[in-house]
Amino acid sequence: MEKGRTRVDLFEYQARDLFAKHGVPVLAGEVIDTPEAAREATERLGGKSVVKAQVKVGGRGKAGGVKLAATPDEAVARATDILGMDIKGHTVHKVMIAETAPEILEEYYVSYLLDRTNRTFLAMASVAGGMDIEEVAATTPEKLAKVPVDANEGVTIEKAREIVAQAKFPAEVAEKVAEVMVTLWKTFVAEDALLVEVNPLAKVASGDVIALDGKVSLDANAEFRQPEHEALEDKAAANPLEAAAKAKGLNYVKLDGQVGIIGNGAGLVMSTLDVVAYAGENHGGVKPANFLDIGGGASAEVMANGLEIILGDPDVKSVFVNVFGGITACDEVAKGIVQALELLKSKGEDVSKPLVVRLDGNNAELGRKILSDANHPLVQRVDTMDGAADKAAELAAAK
Amino acid sequence: MAIFLTKDSKVIVQGMTGATGMKHTKLMLADGTNIVGGVNPRKAGTEVDFDGTSVPVFGSVAEAMEKTGADVTVVFVPPAFAKAAVVEAIDAEIPLAVVITEGIAVHDSAAFWAYAGSKGNKTRIIGPNCPGLITPGQSNAGIIPGDITKPGRIGLVSKSGTLTYQMMYELRDIGFSSAVGIGGDPVIGTTHIDALAAFEADPETELIVMIGEIGGDAEERAADFIKANVTKPVVGYVAGFTAPEGKTMGHAGAIVSGSSGTAQAKKEALEAAGVKVGKTPSETARLARAALGA
Repeated sequence: MEKGRTRVDLFEYQARDLFAKHGVPVLAGEVIDTPEAAREATERLGGKSVVKAQVKVGGRGKAGGVKLAATPDEAVARATDILGMDIKGHTVHKVMIAETAPEILEEYYVSYLLDRTNRTFLAMASVAGGMDIEEVAATTPEKLAKVPVDANEGVTIEKAREIVAQAKFPAEVAEKVAEVMVTLWKTFVAEDALLVEVNPLAKVASGDVIALDGKVSLDANAEFRQPEHEALEDKAAANPLEAAAKAKGLNYVKLDGQVGIIGNGAGLVMSTLDVVAYAGENHGGVKPANFLDIGGGASAEVMANGLEIILGDPDVKSVFVNVFGGITACDEVAKGIVQALELLKSKGEDVSKPLVVRLDGNNAELGRKILSDANHPLVQRVDTMDGAADKAAELAAAK
Repeated sequence: MAIFLTKDSKVIVQGMTGATGMKHTKLMLADGTNIVGGVNPRKAGTEVDFDGTSVPVFGSVAEAMEKTGADVTVVFVPPAFAKAAVVEAIDAEIPLAVVITEGIAVHDSAAFWAYAGSKGNKTRIIGPNCPGLITPGQSNAGIIPGDITKPGRIGLVSKSGTLTYQMMYELRDIGFSSAVGIGGDPVIGTTHIDALAAFEADPETELIVMIGEIGGDAEERAADFIKANVTKPVVGYVAGFTAPEGKTMGHAGAIVSGSSGTAQAKKEALEAAGVKVGKTPSETARLARAALGA
């Protein structure tokens, strides 16, 4: 079990594919990553298409990321414009060539998600779709129905009708929307999703309802029974250090500071980021360079892997290792530090960054002794969290 | 007294015969926990020796309860099988199930939580993805190191395991009535509010330390509860003041979106309820000392 990657957000085309798999009505579409491929894709759709930027951020329409193409040539031109475009900091690497929608009469909103507060699943539905649903919730909350869904009872057609009735869908589409609520629930459960959202769910001239755009987030903790999900992760977007850490099973997030952080347990590491940021205020504003949780019961090898990632980050000027041994034994941590430094040196890598180490808890005395005996010129022991954070910030500022 | 767990608690371990279960059963026994059995259908009828203490293995939670009077189960079962293990504990109506397992799928934890509710909440669930709880000097149900501190007058409730240890260490000279790690997952059983209510009612607890972290609104709701229901002094700490928005920092629950769920929002809500909130663990410990006059 890999740790840390708890939520996998999908692109629209991936959401579309999952919807189609479980019977949610969608339009035809395929994803491409070169302008020329837009021609054939558009020909397959009968000569016209919609070219849609695939980015995991809202507002792409306003940013010019969705364009109609009346001919295959036009699709190539639009794809040329859109591929490589920057939308709110997200570079467009892929576009979806989608079937053009029939005449849209109305736009609705439907979703399922986890309601953390009430520890249940929640259906949300609104006849005011096609816009930002957070805005609907804020300005016209009466237009957004929220209906709890029991995880074990699920959404039957009767439950779906209840949701649709609460959201006051017009009678002529109510049954069709209820059917979508059932297939969307199937998607939510079968794919171990944390969110499935259709916005807009469009009523078209024929009277049918079609999911024109959607979002899906998957639960990475469910990968043991979802072997196909790993392929849906967007590996290209990951920071190279994050990708390297993930390959080693480490829970790492790159940040924009100068003090490398390694600790055990998500809460303690988050706390360490805070303490280092505060200490940095007295040392030229240096900040944490990353989040890295080596987890419970980490071995010397895991510690060495973590240190290798952090020392490989050119932004890092100093490193703070903050461990409170619960399951994790501090002597293992200390061994890992010593081993990692030897290993990196033997590989001919640059090991000139100072390390500040604070060890408490399980086998702390043994761990401290290992560090003292190794007497490595780059390693300093400071035995309080605040003191060690201050020293690490000071060393980063001095570089 | 203490909360949820005392020297009289009879504890069984689901997943005792696995590597993690073996390691921690041994540690729990060393801390004085009255472990009366393990559960593993494939090894039912056997016994496991832990440094001279022989612990019987039963085929089911129900059987273990019937034969030993067990009232607490600690779950070390791997994520793929955790839902079935918790459902079994709920069906057996054991009063307390402590779910240590990390990495349980949200659809599974939502399902067993809904199931517990449909059965009348006869089983208190702590966790999942938590270090368990300890009543120093009496009993330890989970993986919190037993040697950090001693019995005392502080009650602790925390989303994070290692921050629990850090805070127990900072205040080790004063000691704790009980310390409860409720876990950082999006769906958990026992909440800050449940633990606050229990500490308020516990005569041995004089001060409550509450540790939260970014994400969700559990701390904000705890603040409302404290304002209305808690007379004892409460000191708080929230991890993640400097965490960037939208980054997941290990705990599935720690996702910040917009202003709600930030450490600053939680701090302000708690302070409005009269809770003193530290910016760091050490400052939080100083606030606790000051409140106790220690």
